[in-house]
Amino acid sequence: MVNVVSARAVAERVTDPELPMLTLAELGILREVFEEDGKVIVSITPTYLGCPAMDTMRDDLLHALGEAGYPDVEVRTVLAPAWSTDWITERGKAKLADAGIAPPGKAPFTAKGPVPLTLTVRDDVTCPRCGHADTTELSRFGASACRALRRCPACGEPFEHMKEI
Amino acid sequence: MSFDNAYESITEDNDSRWAFGTGFADPLEGVDTSHPSGVDSADLEAYCLMLGDDALVLSHRLQEWSTNAPELEDEVAIANIALDLLGQARLLLTRAGARSEDEYAFFRAEHEFRNVRLTELPRGDFAELTARLFVFTTWRLAILRRLTGSRDPVLAAIAEKGVKEVTYHRDYAARWVVRLGDGTAYSRDRMLEGFAVVWPYVGELFVPSDVEERLVSAGVGVDPASTEEEFRQVVAEVCAEARIPVPDAAAIPGVAGRAGRHGVHTEAMGYLLAELQSVARTHPEASW
Repeated sequence: MVNVVSARAVAERVTDPELPMLTLAELGILREVFEEDGKVIVSITPTYLGCPAMDTMRDDLLHALGEAGYPDVEVRTVLAPAWSTDWITERGKAKLADAGIAPPGKAPFTAKGPVPLTLTVRDDVTCPRCGHADTTELSRFGASACRALRRCPACGEPFEHMKEI
Repeated sequence: MSFDNAYESITEDNDSRWAFGTGFADPLEGVDTSHPSGVDSADLEAYCLMLGDDALVLSHRLQEWSTNAPELEDEVAIANIALDLLGQARLLLTRAGARSEDEYAFFRAEHEFRNVRLTELPRGDFAELTARLFVFTTWRLAILRRLTGSRDPVLAAIAEKGVKEVTYHRDYAARWVVRLGDGTAYSRDRMLEGFAVVWPYVGELFVPSDVEERLVSAGVGVDPASTEEEFRQVVAEVCAEARIPVPDAAAIPGVAGRAGRHGVHTEAMGYLLAELQSVARTHPEASW
């Protein structure tokens, strides 16, 4: 009999390979931990379809659970519903800000009709270093697909912003 | 797993994370891949290859911009867009199901690729990239948004994720169209030349193949013709913002009515595949 609660606790401590200050649970990537035929089943969901860290996450979960005494573990991918930055927990958002990454705001509502164009640049992302509210976008794509590059005119520092998706 | 330092994280034993090359983990691992009722498996495979090959081939062209983009920010943006499209391609080729994603990508011949010709055109200059990316993403976003209602839950899920990604890609390309079109006289001319190169391949985007027609009837596929009005509206909106005329050019027909969706490609496709496939064909079954 597998202790699902403690297995879940182990899985929840596994951190993200690209944002190691956050756990997979805080990012909303960890979906379910349950037992099936004496096996621990963990399900995770990709942030982006091309996310190159999925294999690493799978390995890290297997290792963490293996070391905690769960040798029989299967990691499954779940695609629906699609991951959204709205699934990042409040604690996760606070940790992002502490690490100098402006957390995402509310994800845009995906209407049933055509997706509207955004031809203007947002200036309402708050600087995670000095708190200045009016910052400049340098590039909508940063070191990874989920982050944009911005600069704060007040403290002069560049910073990353996790994009709403 | 948390590590005390980066070295520890890459030297840990018994670790498959460095298995790059061929031999990736199945990106649909654990996903229910049973087919919806009343859908022909060969049709579903062909349809997944169409959508997957579009993403794979354009991703390859975008990757050719690595170290060639005009600015670091655009280098990073183009590489990220290429990665997103590669991710879509991996899932779609895996969904195709009859062979592995690697076999589809590396061991098919030119006539077996189902991508539209727009995606395979040579790399071109930055204005051509902008024009092509804007055209492609506007079209694909319209396709993917409709595909979220597919009766195939796997395709619907891939589309739902893809809509979020391609929305960013289209905004990136559209903003460059505006910046170049409404820039200097020189940048405007270059932007118009970019559109002149890609526009003859736009008509092909809205012509449904037999497979697509059958899958539309089955409630699984999207009729590309249904996206044309939305496509024209977005193009008109962006061209107005960029203060350039809406592009227009005679279509370059395929051969006897057959084009990319039937495996009839332009001369550029053979060169593209030679580069894409050479390592895998030289060292089949290799993983490293």
